[in-house]
Amino acid sequence: MTGVMRNRSARRVSGVDRFLTVIRVVMASLIIIGILAFVAQQIDPNNPFARWRNPGARGLTGDQFKGLLISGLSQGSMYGLIALGYSMVYGVLGFINFAHGEVFMVGAMSGFITSDKLHAAGWWESNFLLSLTVVTLIAIVTSTFTAVITERIAYRPLRNSPRLIPLITSIGVSFFIQNAVMGLLGPATKSYPKLPEWLTTVRSVDLGRVFVWIAGILVVVGLLWYLWRGGSREKDPTADAGELPVSESELPIGEKVGQVAATLGISVPALRWLVSVWIALLLLGFLVPGKVLIFAITGTKITVVTVAAVSMAGLWYLVERTKTGRAMRAVAEDKEIAALMGINVNRIIVVTFAVGGTMAGIGGILWGLLFRSVHHMTGFLPGIKAFTAAVVGGIGNMGGAMAGGLFLGSAESVAPLVLMEPLGIPGVSQLKDAVAFTVLVLVLLFRPAGLFGERLSQEDRA
Amino acid sequence: MTATLAPSGSSVALDWRRALLWGGICALSLVSVSLIGLPVGMNKRILIEPVLSLGYLCLLWIPLVFGYVATTVVVLEGVEARKSGTADLLAGLTAGLMGGIGLTLLMVGLDTVNIRKPLVNWSPQLFRLLTFERGLEFGIPVWLGICAGLGLVGAVLHQLPAVARRVMSWVLFGVMAIAILEAVIDDLAEGFHLEWLTDAMYYKKGGTEGLTVTSAVVLALVLAALPVVTGGRVKAAVDHYRDAPSEDRRRTSLVLFGAIGVACVGLPMILGGIVNELLANVGLFLLLALGLNIVVGLAGLLDLGYVAFFAVGGYTTSVLTSSNSPFFAPEWHFGIALLFVVVMAATAGLVIGAPVIRMRGDYLAIVTLGFGEIVRLLFLSDWLKPYFGGSQGITKVNPVELGPFKVQGSDPRSVFYLVLVFCALAIYVSWRLQGSRLGRAWMATREDEQVAEAMGINTVNAKLMAFVVGATMAAFSGAVLAAKVGSVFPKSFEILVSIIILVVVIVGGMGNIAGVMVGSLVLIGILGGPRQPGLLQEFQSYKLLIYGALLVFMMLKRPEGLVPSARRSRELHQDEYLQDAWLGDDAESEEDQGAPS
Repeated sequence: MTGVMRNRSARRVSGVDRFLTVIRVVMASLIIIGILAFVAQQIDPNNPFARWRNPGARGLTGDQFKGLLISGLSQGSMYGLIALGYSMVYGVLGFINFAHGEVFMVGAMSGFITSDKLHAAGWWESNFLLSLTVVTLIAIVTSTFTAVITERIAYRPLRNSPRLIPLITSIGVSFFIQNAVMGLLGPATKSYPKLPEWLTTVRSVDLGRVFVWIAGILVVVGLLWYLWRGGSREKDPTADAGELPVSESELPIGEKVGQVAATLGISVPALRWLVSVWIALLLLGFLVPGKVLIFAITGTKITVVTVAAVSMAGLWYLVERTKTGRAMRAVAEDKEIAALMGINVNRIIVVTFAVGGTMAGIGGILWGLLFRSVHHMTGFLPGIKAFTAAVVGGIGNMGGAMAGGLFLGSAESVAPLVLMEPLGIPGVSQLKDAVAFTVLVLVLLFRPAGLFGERLSQEDRA
Repeated sequence: MTATLAPSGSSVALDWRRALLWGGICALSLVSVSLIGLPVGMNKRILIEPVLSLGYLCLLWIPLVFGYVATTVVVLEGVEARKSGTADLLAGLTAGLMGGIGLTLLMVGLDTVNIRKPLVNWSPQLFRLLTFERGLEFGIPVWLGICAGLGLVGAVLHQLPAVARRVMSWVLFGVMAIAILEAVIDDLAEGFHLEWLTDAMYYKKGGTEGLTVTSAVVLALVLAALPVVTGGRVKAAVDHYRDAPSEDRRRTSLVLFGAIGVACVGLPMILGGIVNELLANVGLFLLLALGLNIVVGLAGLLDLGYVAFFAVGGYTTSVLTSSNSPFFAPEWHFGIALLFVVVMAATAGLVIGAPVIRMRGDYLAIVTLGFGEIVRLLFLSDWLKPYFGGSQGITKVNPVELGPFKVQGSDPRSVFYLVLVFCALAIYVSWRLQGSRLGRAWMATREDEQVAEAMGINTVNAKLMAFVVGATMAAFSGAVLAAKVGSVFPKSFEILVSIIILVVVIVGGMGNIAGVMVGSLVLIGILGGPRQPGLLQEFQSYKLLIYGALLVFMMLKRPEGLVPSARRSRELHQDEYLQDAWLGDDAESEEDQGAPS
């Protein structure tokens, strides 16, 4: 199931392949039938098709559906943050770091301790934002410290071992951290102090208006950026080399687009993406009827999604635009050649773990804000689901990890009521966790390289 | 090609940085162990009355080990080891002393500040334990002295001859083992009517347990004399066994197995109920471990969802034999149910194995983990409640009646015998498979799948067979569990079980039947299974911590396990073997060159 195209013709088609094809067909049909039944149920709950498997069919109201989507996306953004750590470590070292879920838990726990102390001192209520910053910083420090320590003690000696050994070690480390935290802090569930009212109230957000605003801001910022960059390009002496024989207005469109992209400092495909996103925002903002895009979100969820997005942007900047990021990408591609190029591979691996730990720490605080309770086992299941998200998005791929997280979160939220209940399965909320694993199996059956393609070195790809 | 890095025999000046680093880690370990709750939790268990309890032992081993580790010198092949001198003793002393300082700070902290809110074990009990109930003025110098002394002893160990080291380890581990295994030894003595011996050894008054000081001293002397008297004779015997030709070896192995078999059949008659219950547990998990040994150890497939097969076996048996089964209650006999268990297990093995066959090792682990969780969630769900009882499970599973024998949970001896029969079968099957064509196909697939395919092995079929055989063994174990407990609940089939069995297989020795038996006996017997307590009930809360730490330690130091298979050892220490071969060739060629001239 490694999905390397060139092998497919050489492999004989065995009974296993036929069995897997049958499974693919069955799962695909189940999904399609479920979705169709859902659609029928939405159109008319008394429809015989809707009632065929689910006699008590009731349509989901728009608000219910939107609520599911929002909670799915907020949980998914946390999965995405944790998935980034898994993805980076897998890209660089080639094994699943089971202990990463516990790093997330340690962040959440240290956040709890700090917020509890601040609450006892009365500062949590009086300066909430300052307290929150302090809590986040301490959580980041503890998570990063835990990640770096585990790398130093448990993974560095095993750098050259056969692949399963570090994986098994990480399972041991995960157990150890879980139970050490249980021993230190006790097995009771800990709750974060209450969040201020202005954060937790339900707000009505008109996404259509938000989209239009974002489109407008994009235009203004883009124009200013273009003028600033275009202005500085005029002063660039080397730009005189290679004068065009024709005047600018006679250039074909493709060349003009290229020039605009060059002035802005981004690639042409990225420019095309930006323009399409802008057009989509405008269309959604103006053409979709107002009520559809009005969401009722709590301030907490908005915070979660925003902080996750900002962290992701920061990580993107680190990986794509800094020297350390370039070194990280190089080490992920081929450790030996990177070492030959003068990169300190050990240091870069430590940085990778540290960055993953930071993301997990932020995720821990967000979890604490959203669910307000942490337990020494809180890291286990979200950790596994986050790895699933990383695989779904494409292992080794940053954007894929985040997208996979959002996808998994929404699927987990939406699928029980949209897919499973119309198929007649009772008690679907219990099977939420099973949805995540089923998504993993489905993605590995249908598209093993993940939705966005994996980015691994040759040695890990085998 | 030998090089000397330092003039031989000279001792180097003390490396302060290294000693302080190790000392810092020692201090951190001591404080962490105290705050995790190990000393207070284990304090009830007395090893040598009234001197030593398990709680203090949890703290005492740390400076000793760190004193030893801080002064370890890595000896490169061909380089003469530098002699340990006073510098090393100082290093050990420093490491221990810093540990003592750490404890001092902790004691002072306990007295002054109260941070019980996050740190649950920051309690007066810990303070009383650390200060020996006599206050700070007594506690601080005592701990400084003890830690420094133990660090010194650890450093001295390097300078003692090997015999002395062997004597020390015999004495320490022997006395501890005898103290810990008090329940088993008591039972055995009762069976053989040797109560006078155990009454003399153990402190039986007042309901506490543990050795008396005099008996500890006597035992220490006896155990110290043993290695001196037997000398290298045991080692020589083991080497003789290993070098012997295969027929002799096979004869010896058969005799050994026969002896173990007789002991397994005869002992439960003598032992009491508690120990029999423990042995039945050990047997149950041994059966699981044998199955996982085939999947992980022989075929190299890291299956983290192994508990799914365990669940399938348990539920199949319950559904078919219980009167309380919701949907389909035929109430068949256990034997007939076993046939169906085999069929269901094979199906489950195929269904779970087929999608994962072509995946990378890591993905296989996660996907099987996912499958394990899906199976548990399905058994727990309300959707399948009409068939499997949901969270209430299926109760009233009939005890097994095999002719005149009745196997039920209230009679642990009968359960043990049933488990013994299954284990014997599993051991026989594993042993024969290991030497068969299929077993060799598994080992080839484990080492390099592409080369195995190139050699004409059908790796897909081999892997599927591994899953099927492993699943069948796990399902048998599930069937015995259902008969023993009399009911099945989804709570017994969590991922924890898979991981504990994995630890047992790995710590015992992957791919090696004897290793798995030893691992199961030691780990499940002493520490206990996922929900069942072992010999040391006090370990119940810290069991998983020790399992995790043990797994990490074994992976770092000895990944082939306690009783390794020769192949695995060679695989995992390939670099060292290659270097040995390189140096061996060089030494020979030097001799050849040196002789004629």
